[in-house]
Order: sequence, then structure tokens, then C-alpha cells
Amino acid sequence: MTGKKTSVGDFLFNTGTGVFALVLVLLVAAIGVVLCIQSMPTIREFGLNFWRTQVWDPVSGEFGALPFIWGTLYSSFIAILIAAPISIGVAIFISELCPNSLKQPLVFLTELLATVPSIVYGLWGVFVLVPAVRTVQMWFPDWLRTVPFFSGPRNGVSMLSASLILTIMVIPFTSSVAREVLKAVPMAQRETAYALGATRWEVTRVALHYARVGIVGAIMLGLGRAFGETMAVTMVIGNNPKMSLSLFAPQYTMAAVIANEFTEAANDLHVSALIEIGLVLFIVTFAINAASRMLIWGMTHQKRQTVAMPVKVVSEQAS
Amino acid sequence: MNLRTVRRKYTSHLMSGLCLFAVLISLVPLGFILFFVISQGISSLNLDFFTHVQRPVGEMGGGMSNSIVGTLIVCALGGLFAIPTGMLAGIFVAQNAGSMRANMVRFAADVLNGIPSIVIGLFVYAIAVSPFKQFTALAGGVALGIMMIPLIARTTEEMVLMVPGSLLEGSLALGATRAYAMFTVVLPAAMPGIITGIVLALARIAGETAPLLFTAFNNQFWSTSLTQPISTLTVQVYNYATAPYDDWHRQAWAGALVLITLVLTCSVLARFATRRLERMQIGR
Repeated sequence: MTGKKTSVGDFLFNTGTGVFALVLVLLVAAIGVVLCIQSMPTIREFGLNFWRTQVWDPVSGEFGALPFIWGTLYSSFIAILIAAPISIGVAIFISELCPNSLKQPLVFLTELLATVPSIVYGLWGVFVLVPAVRTVQMWFPDWLRTVPFFSGPRNGVSMLSASLILTIMVIPFTSSVAREVLKAVPMAQRETAYALGATRWEVTRVALHYARVGIVGAIMLGLGRAFGETMAVTMVIGNNPKMSLSLFAPQYTMAAVIANEFTEAANDLHVSALIEIGLVLFIVTFAINAASRMLIWGMTHQKRQTVAMPVKVVSEQAS
Repeated sequence: MNLRTVRRKYTSHLMSGLCLFAVLISLVPLGFILFFVISQGISSLNLDFFTHVQRPVGEMGGGMSNSIVGTLIVCALGGLFAIPTGMLAGIFVAQNAGSMRANMVRFAADVLNGIPSIVIGLFVYAIAVSPFKQFTALAGGVALGIMMIPLIARTTEEMVLMVPGSLLEGSLALGATRAYAMFTVVLPAAMPGIITGIVLALARIAGETAPLLFTAFNNQFWSTSLTQPISTLTVQVYNYATAPYDDWHRQAWAGALVLITLVLTCSVLARFATRRLERMQIGR
């Protein structure tokens, strides 16, 4: 098309807003770069050993971050293992099964759960959940406590408490993303299944099958959230840098060690070590978010693509 | 009806029941948390809580007036940084919807939204605290602002895209430039939704603790200075909850009650406002 009208104002407008959009992109890059520079001292000093050794003793200059990685992975995976089926159930119920009049209130309640600040979860965890877990531990029969999963002290602050609180916090998030994904499943998919005489659950399975990639994305996003969750976990996990398979043992996570030790860091190397832990947390959550967003985008944009495709072909032939 | 049909029917009922069970399980914690925060918080809440600052260990009483004001200040600062940046970035994405650069910005917003808040705290410590050797309210505001930018950018984009294209086309047909049409027609139409988004974002960052731990830090005295450490409700609740004193635990519950009231009121009001607006728009 020739003679397209452009104005100086529009150009300035687009560049002006573009600058602010660029700020957003640069911010992400800047976080990566700054953390990288700041963690150089420990990267140079310890290299990969930082992530392979288990002894964390800042005063004597020993920095092994393996227990924190272990704690983060262990707590998050347990949490997501419990949270995933529940979240999918919630998403299915709200988007597929429940009567229309119940939909809004339920969405509202799950969103309310997501707005509760993490510190409030933590406070509740310390004074309600931890004592409850302690009761369970006390009640636990001795012969079962020889199993590695249930050994350890009986004081409530433990991997189990941390995983439970993470589960509670991840469910509203994962279920709302899963709900969005289910919403993007074309109605025709369900109608076709109904027309073939499928029951309600069979129809839901069709929708789930269609949405499977997006649901995996939703679960991954939940995992990313769990990796980065700081306050609530810090308050209930017991903050003990010892790797253990036991659910009852106090352990430590990456985010928790940063929150606890950063302002009281013993020396520059300690600060740098904590920043390196932050850097890894950044890289991991970046990767998880990038991957799951792509999965979800692919899913929610499928419909538009199938419509857009033929149009593209026609325009190519015309030109 | 043969056996197979019966089985299929009952499987369907069973699975629906399981999904309902999942919903109930997910809502139990909400009930528990609200119950404890309200019942424990109310009994510790009094006028002193809103009018006094913290007392040293051993002295009973005292309040969190400085933390309440601190939370408001830090959130306002965050909004000051994030609202213009987020809105303009969102407008850019909406204007260039579908293009490569718009997708890149959107992607960056999603990623930034997923970065743990504690990492953002570390970043702001490195750029705004350690060079000046001083924890400041300003640094806390920057940290919260960074968390808020992607939220506002995404809402702005969504709201602008929801405005019917005919509005934009109409004004373009009348000879308006794109920029003029955006600011005088499209943006005003999208504004209610954007404001709702801003309130929701403010409610979310008001509950953040991790990014404030080593940026705004804490302050047991009354302070409104932007270049001094400042107390916030969240950090104060954290300090009190992890300390070994019963009186402080009571204060922590009261703080949590104030915090949750603040956050939930904002988000509930914002949601109701959106629903009203949606209904009005459908009615038109």
C-alpha cells in the first residue's frame, strides 16, 4: 500500500512507549547480569564445587550449596505432587462441571486464596500448622520411624510442614492457569463428544486431552512459584543445612537461606555466595517460566492459528 | 441398559465427586487461615496498635503505626515507578499486537512476573543499597515497583485490546492520528479496567516481604524519610513472629489481621468494580 499516512506524533508515540517497553526487557537482562557480576567472587573461588559440596559454614569460609538445592527441589516436588491433582480437579470442576451460578463465587474464593500474603501463610504455618505436624510426629509409631522418610526429631518444623504450606500456596495459582487453559478448549470439541453419546466425564477427558500441553505448562508454572517461595517456607522448614530424605527432618531451601543470612552476612564471600544462590534461582525460574509460557501460548493461540493459516496461504498466492 | 453403560455413568459421577472434593480441600485452608487470623488478631488489636510505635523487648503494649505508614509509603513509591512504566509498556504491546517486538516485551513481562521476589530484593540491594551503604525506603519502593511493572503492563495491554476496534477505527476515520486516538478515545474507554488492575497489583505488592528484607529493611522508630530504612507491616510481622516473645506473637497476629484486611478489601472492591463495569458494558 502506498501513501500510508504517518505523522511525526505517531512516530514519537510509538518510540516513546517503546522505550518503556524496552525498560521491561532490559530489567530482566539487568537482573541476570548484575547477579552474575556480584557472584563472581564465589564463582571464581569455588567454581562448580559450590554446587557439589554439602558443608555450609560461612564463618570458616566453607560454602557448599547442595543442601539448599536439595531442600528446594524436595519441598517443591512434594508440593507439586500433592497440588497438581487437586488443582486440576478444581480447574475441571469450575470450568466443566459446576453449575453456572456457582462458577463466579468459586473463582472468587480461589482468587482470594491467591491474594493472602505469603507472610500470613507463614504466621499461620508457625502457630497452627507446625504444632499440628508435631502432633502427627508424636503419634507416629516407633517402628515406622525407622523408615528413612519418617526419621528425625519431633519438633514440627520440618520438610513436611514446608511442603504442606507450599501445596496450599501453589493450588490457587496452578488451578487458575489450568482453568484458563481449559477455557481455551473450543466448545466444538466438547459438543462433538456429547453428540457421540459420551458421559460428562468422558467429555471432560476429551477437553483434558486437548488441553494437556497447557496443563503441563500450568503445573510447571506452579513448580516455578514453589521454587521461589520464600517467607512461608523460611518460617516452617527449620533452617538446617543438612540433606536428608526424611520428611520430619528440618531442612533448608535456597530462598530461605538468602532471606535468613543476607543481612547478617559474615564477609564479602558470604554475600557473594548468597547472590550466587539467587542467580541460580533466577536462571531456574527463568527457564521454567519461559518453557511453560511457550506451552501455554501454543495452547491458547492454537485456535487463532488454525483460522489464520488459510488466510496466510491465500495472501501469499495473491502476492 | 447394559453393564457397560452403567459403569460409564457411575465413573462419570465418581469423577465429578472427586473434583468437587478437590475444590473443598483447596478451600479448607482459606477458612482455617481467615479464622485464625481474625480470632487471634482481633483480641490483640486495640487503639494503641494504630497510634504507637514498637516498644523494646520486655515492655508490653506498643503498636505498629510506623509500619502501617511505612507500608503505605513503600507501596506508593512502587506505584509511582511502576504505573507509568507499566502502562506505557502495555500500550506499546497493544499497539503492536502480534508483532515480534510486542511478543518479546510480553514474554519479558511474564518472565519478570515469575522471578522470585527474593531475587528481585537481591538485585535492588546490588543496585540501590550497596552503592550507598544504606537501606532506604526508596530502595524498597524500587523493589516493589519492579514487581508491579509486569502486572500493570499485562492488564493495560489486555484492557486496551478489549476496547472494540470500531472505536479506534471511528476516530481514525475522523482524521485523528493513532497517538491522539489512543489517548483521547481508546485509553479512556480502557481506564476503569486498568485502574482495577492497578489496585489489584498494589494489593499484591503490599503483602510482599521478601523483597523488602534487604532494601527497606526495618525501623523501630517513626520515620517517613525516603532515605532512611523504613518499617513495613510485612517485615514487622515476620520479625515478631520469629521472635520468642508471646507479646510479640500477639502483635504479629494483629499485624497480620491489619495486613490481610487491607489486601483483601482492596482486591475484593476492585473485583466487584470490574464485575459492575462488565455488566454495564454488556448492557450498553
